[in-house]
Amino acid sequence: MFDVGRSSFIFLTKMTSELFVQYLLAGITYGSIYAIVAIGFNIIYNTTGIINFAQGEFVMFGGMIAITLLQFMPLPLAIILAVILTMIIGAGIEICFIRWLKAPSVLRLVIITIGISILSREVAVHVWGESIRSLPYFVGNEITSISILGARISPQVLWVVAASGLMFICLGIFFKTTSVGREMRACASNRKAATLCGINTENMVTLSFVLSAGMGALAGCMMSPITYSQYDMGTGLAIKGFTVAILGGLGSSGGAVAAGLLLGVIEAFSVSVVPLAFQDAIAIAILLIILFIRPQGLFGSKEASALKEF
Amino acid sequence: MLKIRNLASGYGKIKVLKNISMHVDAGEIVTIIGANGAGKTTLLSTIAGLVKATSGEASFKETNILKCKAATIPGLGCVMVPEGRQVFATMSVEENMLLGGHPVQKQGKAVINELLEHQYELFPILRDRKDQLAGTLSGGEQQMLAMGRALMSKPSLVMMDEPSTGLAPLIVKEIFQIIVRLRDEGNTVLLVEQNAKAALGIADRGYVLETGKIIVQGPAEDLLENKDVQRAYLGREK
Repeated sequence: MFDVGRSSFIFLTKMTSELFVQYLLAGITYGSIYAIVAIGFNIIYNTTGIINFAQGEFVMFGGMIAITLLQFMPLPLAIILAVILTMIIGAGIEICFIRWLKAPSVLRLVIITIGISILSREVAVHVWGESIRSLPYFVGNEITSISILGARISPQVLWVVAASGLMFICLGIFFKTTSVGREMRACASNRKAATLCGINTENMVTLSFVLSAGMGALAGCMMSPITYSQYDMGTGLAIKGFTVAILGGLGSSGGAVAAGLLLGVIEAFSVSVVPLAFQDAIAIAILLIILFIRPQGLFGSKEASALKEF
Repeated sequence: MLKIRNLASGYGKIKVLKNISMHVDAGEIVTIIGANGAGKTTLLSTIAGLVKATSGEASFKETNILKCKAATIPGLGCVMVPEGRQVFATMSVEENMLLGGHPVQKQGKAVINELLEHQYELFPILRDRKDQLAGTLSGGEQQMLAMGRALMSKPSLVMMDEPSTGLAPLIVKEIFQIIVRLRDEGNTVLLVEQNAKAALGIADRGYVLETGKIIVQGPAEDLLENKDVQRAYLGREK
């Protein structure tokens, strides 16, 4: 770690400010995608206490469905419909695989979500094949770019960042101030007590799957023009998103955003120091280090994590 | 208010309750006493819908509650304060209270605020701690929070499962005083206790539960005088 840090520092001193901004913006773009996937993890974790490893597949479904729908309708409509369809898929997954389980253990739920992830990928490869697809750029095309502080970026980047930011803010308001949001958090904190308060916990769990599927799908549409969509894109994203969720402190959306941007920027700058192939290794290395030295995450509160069972 | 006839219940093949019949009338404190494993908690959990009954009848204000889902029963006016407090540890005290008000949420914010104010009057310590995480409260404060939370739904029947467990004698006294005050304010309380002496001391009537059956019942004073009850639960022999 320290070696990488030092050499990148040396490199940075030689780096022009334009290049610096360029890397930074690339990092923020990917970082905000990671953050959205991580927030998807957090929503389900916050109501059920489980990690849904099929989170990345929601992103894939969002992108792929939108690409298919685009043949029949204009882009905005295709995206909205793709998000709604993915939400329905999310609800369906919860109702088919999770709802009927009586008092399942955390481990069992984790295994089930991994199974759902594999199943979703198989379905996707049968429906869409292995080809790489993408949505068109929302504004302009591949070579359209705007200049920010000397760096040139695609306007799509702004779409990604803006959509991520908007989702983050809306979710925060939803969980903090609305009674449904509070009830969802209550389910996470103590399901039995939530039932005794008259809260239908099963519906809250379904709602959490719907919400996080919708967020994932929207992220999948926004990023598709830049990163492309393929049937197996979910796994890599899920690992990155999970890293970010842990790094930021499980369950904390603010932490997820900070950690997501951090990971994105680290990855972007690492390209200038180590070969591109090591990019994923960096995320995993960060995950391991965090799990060893600060399991509650960088921004997670020790007080709150001590009160959680997982 | 609550009528139970020939209720049987248990967990899978293990039958815990056998032919329980009992009733609770409006405005009284009824206590169920018994040793560990007698089925006290199972009885309350069955009424609250957490455990499914295998046979028998239970009606609450003319509604057959055995057919209801657990989450709909608080809406009928029958809430349970579970054993071991079970507060929402990662949420603030005030949020816990507001969640307790879920069944009456449709009546509007004014009603909720009024109920909240009333509970804070009953448990002033909760007002001081309203922004603190519930998990950081002491055992006694958590018990008060669990009670306050249950009362937020303006219940007609409050079922309390061993409110004295793990609390200092002084706090237990305070909790029991609050239960009496609840009754005096017109509430109905079904109190499950191991601390038979304290429970019978405040109750109007009592049931003694042993290995899933009710063996003695009657007015609290009679139970306090009953030789069998004294020997088994009050630790003195005449």
